[in-house]
This record gives sequence, structure tokens and C-alpha cells, in this order.
Amino acid sequence: MTAWIAVLAASAIAFGFKLFGYTVPPVWLEQPRILRVTEMLPAALLASLVVLEGFSSGQQLALDARLAGLVVAAGALLLRAPFIVVVALAAVTAAVLRMLGWG
Amino acid sequence: MRRATGGTRVCTVPGACGTSGSHPSERRRAGVRTGVAWGPGAVAGHPCPVDVDAPRPEHADQHPRERDRRAVVRQGLSVAIATGLYGVSFGALSVASGLTVLQTCLLSLLLFSGGSQFALIGILGGGGTVGAAVAASSLLALRNALYGLQLGPTMLPRGWRRFAVAQLTIDESTAVAVSQSATPLRRLGFWVTGLGVYIGWNLMTLIGAFAGDALGDPRRYGLDAAASAAFLALLWPRLRAREPVAIAVVGAVATTLLIPVLPQGLPVLAAALLGALAAWFWAKRWSAADAEAAE
Repeated sequence: MTAWIAVLAASAIAFGFKLFGYTVPPVWLEQPRILRVTEMLPAALLASLVVLEGFSSGQQLALDARLAGLVVAAGALLLRAPFIVVVALAAVTAAVLRMLGWG
Repeated sequence: MRRATGGTRVCTVPGACGTSGSHPSERRRAGVRTGVAWGPGAVAGHPCPVDVDAPRPEHADQHPRERDRRAVVRQGLSVAIATGLYGVSFGALSVASGLTVLQTCLLSLLLFSGGSQFALIGILGGGGTVGAAVAASSLLALRNALYGLQLGPTMLPRGWRRFAVAQLTIDESTAVAVSQSATPLRRLGFWVTGLGVYIGWNLMTLIGAFAGDALGDPRRYGLDAAASAAFLALLWPRLRAREPVAIAVVGAVATTLLIPVLPQGLPVLAAALLGALAAWFWAKRWSAADAEAAE
């Protein structure tokens, strides 16, 4: 049930933002500082999500096979691998390490 | 960290890849402005689909040639295909994080904004509250409002079209649209890319969701590592200038420190807030540094 609320609420809000852009007078959003914050916010959020998904286990920090997956992913990104390859390599790395009994 | 972009074409044109603002320093500074940022399809290191350095033909003002129209369609479709592939990973990860196949597909149909979708399932899957998940998703969706602002004069949506245009306003459709030379081509680029990505993203989400459902324990297949890697891949194209790197470091360090302290879901929001504050207060200093560099 909670998942349903999340799915529908997030969808409604996102659609509201999309529509809002076509309605709002440009001067509201085009101030340099507002633009800067809007542009930079995703970097903070995404970095935060990398840490959360990669190093947390409930409310604790944890180092396990995910770390190796992330390192491999970073290497793939440096080599300009496409998104799907990056994600798949990380999964395979972690899966293989766990199969071998680590992490 | 300014990476050389040799080899792959990376978009550096102002406004292409979904940005507004036109001052040169504005364009130059933000990693966000280079490379397709994200959305359904924000493929890391994904080259800009548009040949931004190509001279713009003068003739194309009101009656674009057939050849130009075809080029726009090709661009849009190639973006849609790349994006669709990436939808598979969303479908699989979403089901692995505990959502049903139906909820997963509805997210792609209704929310239709890649970064937001990944954030929502990431926080829900990690045990975060509904409020935290929706808040993170919405913060990431905020940029779509900027795209609408930028596309408004081109698309001039009326009636029911207003809703269709709004729903298709994402990174990819904006990027392809704003980099065309004339209004009819911009509209064409928007519709082809927007509809193409919508169809591809949703079809592949469905396939990924069923595949993920059949797999069982996600950790066995390293899907938890895949989720983290997906966020890294979304972040990657933004790390081309020092400012987004600094902000990303703020976000990562804050999260690391806050995970053991705050209830689940809140560290991400706190990190986003701190990142926004840092951007707000550093904005002035960065503008000054830019002005100096320009002299």
C-alpha cells in the first residue's frame, strides 16, 4: 500500500513540475542563483544515492561485494562504456564475488 | 575534474542537452550543461546525439528541407533506442527493490523521468519512508520545469496537447529539440524523441520487470551493486567541471556521516539540502572566479 502511495504521489508531483514549466513566467526561475542550485542539486543527490546504495546496510555502513562492483563500474565509465554495460559489469562482479564466498 | 572529450562527441552547446540560460560563463561552468544529463536514458558518457559544431544552414528557417527533417528523425530515434536499452535495468532493479511489476510499469508510464524513478525505488528498497522517497524523486524531477520553461515558446502547447507535451518533457526530448536550427525542426525533434523514448522506455521496463521477477533473491545476482553503479553512471557525465564535483563530494560525505545517525531515507534528503546550500553560497564565488578567468 505504501508503495502505491509513493508511486502515485511521485508521479503526480513530477507531472506537476513538467506542466508548471509551461505555465510559469520565466523570470521566476531564471535568476542565476536559482539556476545554479537547480543544476547542482542532482550532483549532490546522485552522489548521496551512490553512497546509500553502495555502502549502507539498514542504518549501518557496510563494505562488501558492492564496493568491488562500484570500482569496476567506475573503470568501465572511464573507458566510456554504455550505461547498460556499466550496470551489468557491476552486477556480475558482485555476484561472482558472492559466489566465491566474499561479501 | 575536466575530462577531455576526445573521441566521443560530447555536447557543449548552450541549451542543447536541456539547459537554459545563455551567458557564456553559465554555459561553461556547469557539468550539467555538458552531456545528456539524465532522464529516462541519461546514459553515462552518452555522446550528444546532435552534431553541435555543424554550421547551421541559413535556409532552414521556416521550410526545412526534407533532408534536415530526416536527420532530426534519425537523431531522435537513435536516442530512443539507447534509452530503451537502459529501461531494462530500471525494470529489473525496481522489482528487485520490492515493487510489483504493475507498480514498476506505472512508474515508467506516469512518472517517466529516469533519475526520479531510480531514486524512488532506491529509497523504498532501502527501507526508507514514502515521504523520503517521494521527496527525493520530486527534487530530481524539478529540472523538468526548467525544460518546460525553455521549450514553451517553441512548443506553444494548447488544449490536450499541453498535457502530452508536458509528460514528454525530459532530458532527451529537450536536448534534441533545442539544438535544431528552426522552430519546425525543433518541434519535430521534440515529438520524435519524446514519443520514441516513451515507447522504448516503457516496453523495456516491462521486459526488465518480468526478468527481474523471475530471478529471485536480487543480491545473488549482484543487483544491489547494479543499483549503486546505476547512480554512479547517472552522476558521471555531470562531473566535468569542478563545481559539480565539489557538490557531489558534499553529498557523498554528508550521506556517509548521516547514515548511522538519521532514520533511513533522510540522509539522502539532508545531503541534497546541504548540496543545495553549498551551491547557493558558492555561486557568488564561482561567478567571480569565472569573471577573472575571462579577463
